[in-house]
Amino acid sequence: MNDEQLTVLQRMIKGKWIGKGFLALLALAIIWWVGGKAIQSPSLFFQQIINGIQLGFVYALIALGYTMVYGIVRLINFAHGDVFMFGAFVSFFAVSLFQLHLWPVQTFPSLPPLIGIVIGTLSVIALSMVSCAILAMTIERIAYKPLRDAPRISALITAIGVSFFLEYFGALPFVFTPNFITYKRPFEIVTWYVKDGIHRLEAGAEAPPGSVIFSNVLIIIILVSILLLVGLNYVVRRTKIGKAMRATAYDKPTSRLMGINVDGVISTTFAIGASLAGAAGVLYATAYPQVVFWMGIIPGLKAFVAAVLGGIGSIPGAFVGALIMGQAEVISAGYISTPMRDAVAFTILILVLLIRPTGIFGEPEREKA
Amino acid sequence: MSKRFLFIISILIVFSLTLGACAQPKPTTLKVAILAPLSGAVPTFGVSTRDGALLAIKEWNAKGGVLGRQIEAVVEDSQCEADPAVNAANKVINQDGVKYIVGEVCSKASIPVSEIAEEKGVVQISPTSTNPNVTLKADGSTKQYVFRACFIDPFQGLVGASFAINELGAKTAFIILDQGNDYVRGLAENFEQAFTEKGGQIVGKETYTSQDTDFSAILAKVAEAKPDVVYLPDYYNIVNLVTAQAKEKGITAPFLGGDGWDSAELDRAAADGGYFTNHYSEQDTRPIVQQWVKNYQAEYGSVPDALATLAYDAMNLLLAAIQNAGVDDPAKVKDAMASIKWEAVSGTITFDQYHNPIKSAVILQVKDGQVKYVTTVAP
Repeated sequence: MNDEQLTVLQRMIKGKWIGKGFLALLALAIIWWVGGKAIQSPSLFFQQIINGIQLGFVYALIALGYTMVYGIVRLINFAHGDVFMFGAFVSFFAVSLFQLHLWPVQTFPSLPPLIGIVIGTLSVIALSMVSCAILAMTIERIAYKPLRDAPRISALITAIGVSFFLEYFGALPFVFTPNFITYKRPFEIVTWYVKDGIHRLEAGAEAPPGSVIFSNVLIIIILVSILLLVGLNYVVRRTKIGKAMRATAYDKPTSRLMGINVDGVISTTFAIGASLAGAAGVLYATAYPQVVFWMGIIPGLKAFVAAVLGGIGSIPGAFVGALIMGQAEVISAGYISTPMRDAVAFTILILVLLIRPTGIFGEPEREKA
Repeated sequence: MSKRFLFIISILIVFSLTLGACAQPKPTTLKVAILAPLSGAVPTFGVSTRDGALLAIKEWNAKGGVLGRQIEAVVEDSQCEADPAVNAANKVINQDGVKYIVGEVCSKASIPVSEIAEEKGVVQISPTSTNPNVTLKADGSTKQYVFRACFIDPFQGLVGASFAINELGAKTAFIILDQGNDYVRGLAENFEQAFTEKGGQIVGKETYTSQDTDFSAILAKVAEAKPDVVYLPDYYNIVNLVTAQAKEKGITAPFLGGDGWDSAELDRAAADGGYFTNHYSEQDTRPIVQQWVKNYQAEYGSVPDALATLAYDAMNLLLAAIQNAGVDDPAKVKDAMASIKWEAVSGTITFDQYHNPIKSAVILQVKDGQVKYVTTVAP
């Protein structure tokens, strides 16, 4: 009896049909339900979509770090969320204590204010990225490199240890303190609303009913993220180090035989991943203006789920997974209840692991010698 | 041989124990525990509470202590969480032999501590936990050994609702609350009840969790509902995040909250225009308030917040009750406390049958980077 002769039901039982059928039903139900809500109040729906995009792009930057490191050393770097926290704090100190965001305006008073602010903000982000890269390379050198040949579980446990260390070292009164700190943004908030065209919303004014509101925070998050993603794509696809990274991910011993400095490549991967997390830290704190030592835990976990959803090890996968996560969270928070957002996020993780452990873009792992 | 050896050893152990007991000096200090969240979610609350309570002890000690004995403070970090608070309470009772506890700050930590205090017969007075269940058992009867120095949630919710309707002229309200926080839920429920009873309408109610930072989904709904007032009775850290994001969403309705807003860390630019109910204002002109503000500034160099004031009041109430009882016995002290009448900084305090103080509340407004006294509401 070959496959053609089986009934649909039998085939479903035999193959992966149950999983696929269930997924299709689930997707239909969600689309039906969300579509109904969207027709009820289109402006609220688009508002939630925009909120989800803002969150999704930040998750994308964090998720890329997870996925890159996993792709190369097969390590889930749980300290990644805390590197993100470090990046947020670096930018907090840069803005609050050193007014780094003001340097272009102070140095070149003739500069148009908009360009001054953009350069200032980008410098703050760049500083956070560099600091996080240095931090991650240090962590890699001290905590992970000695365990390169140890069982994978040892490195994983070490990563959790590093994560706790960064959090509670940060909580010390002479480091970041255990307090909630109000984050000072490197630029002033400007808000627009969309209704019959785009209008500026003056401070203290109310938007007309049925309008969709967005702010310059959203624009900056999207622009910076896309800039970094394009840059990352260029590095990975077009440069020598990118080629070395891909080779190392593919087959470490052979890469070493071919003369690639594998340790250097791994270190660079950590640095690039961490610098993206650093940028994400600045953007996240700008959007949700508060910094505290444990702020990296939840976004870190969510980004990890996003990376798994997209297919851990896959760079486009991390990006797509993060955007889906952002929407799923905001839609469930907006239309079910806020406490459901975490439940939905981790349900996604469980479903992906049950039905398609390799994620959307992932390929089944090949056994390596 | 080995049996005999064991016998000698056990004799020695017993002997040394007896000796140890004899050698221990008669306690000369009276120990009082302060359970405060020095780390965790609200460390500024903890520091203020500790400082206020310690200043009260210092003043009593300068006057010769209580019952002729100096007072010794045992300070423990209870983190505004149930488990650390329970551990701290067990530690001070079992190891330090403390019979009187001032704390905790947060209701969710004070409630489990009160169970222990009631069971072990230790007098507990919480300076700021406003949830009714701190002094009430599950069956609705009063915990004999547990008191508080602040008014309770129904009162803050009631004051908030009548202020919104009478002074702000609000007809509709939107409530945003953390379902997992006893304090927030208590205020929100009572606000909702009082606001509806007075003819107002609740146009929306949304919940979040204490770890949330992204409130955009909730605020989009608030913007859509266009309420006259938004009730947000959470602590300053959440208030900072929500009000900052609300400004971006073009929400102009004033936010209204409870004493959780009272912190130096409140983002006054974001919360500008918001109101909150509180226990006391340092702008109050009563001499006892001005004296307290002066003493606190001399000791710590800053203006005392409500947390410090209530901790000071709580410690004073406790020590006065011990003085009135005339004996270091929690069973007598709890009776003295129940019938006390004490002129405290936050108003003259007497206790009702549920061990809740009867006193007045103030309404404050965040305006132009300042917190300004608006009005006082008597019960």
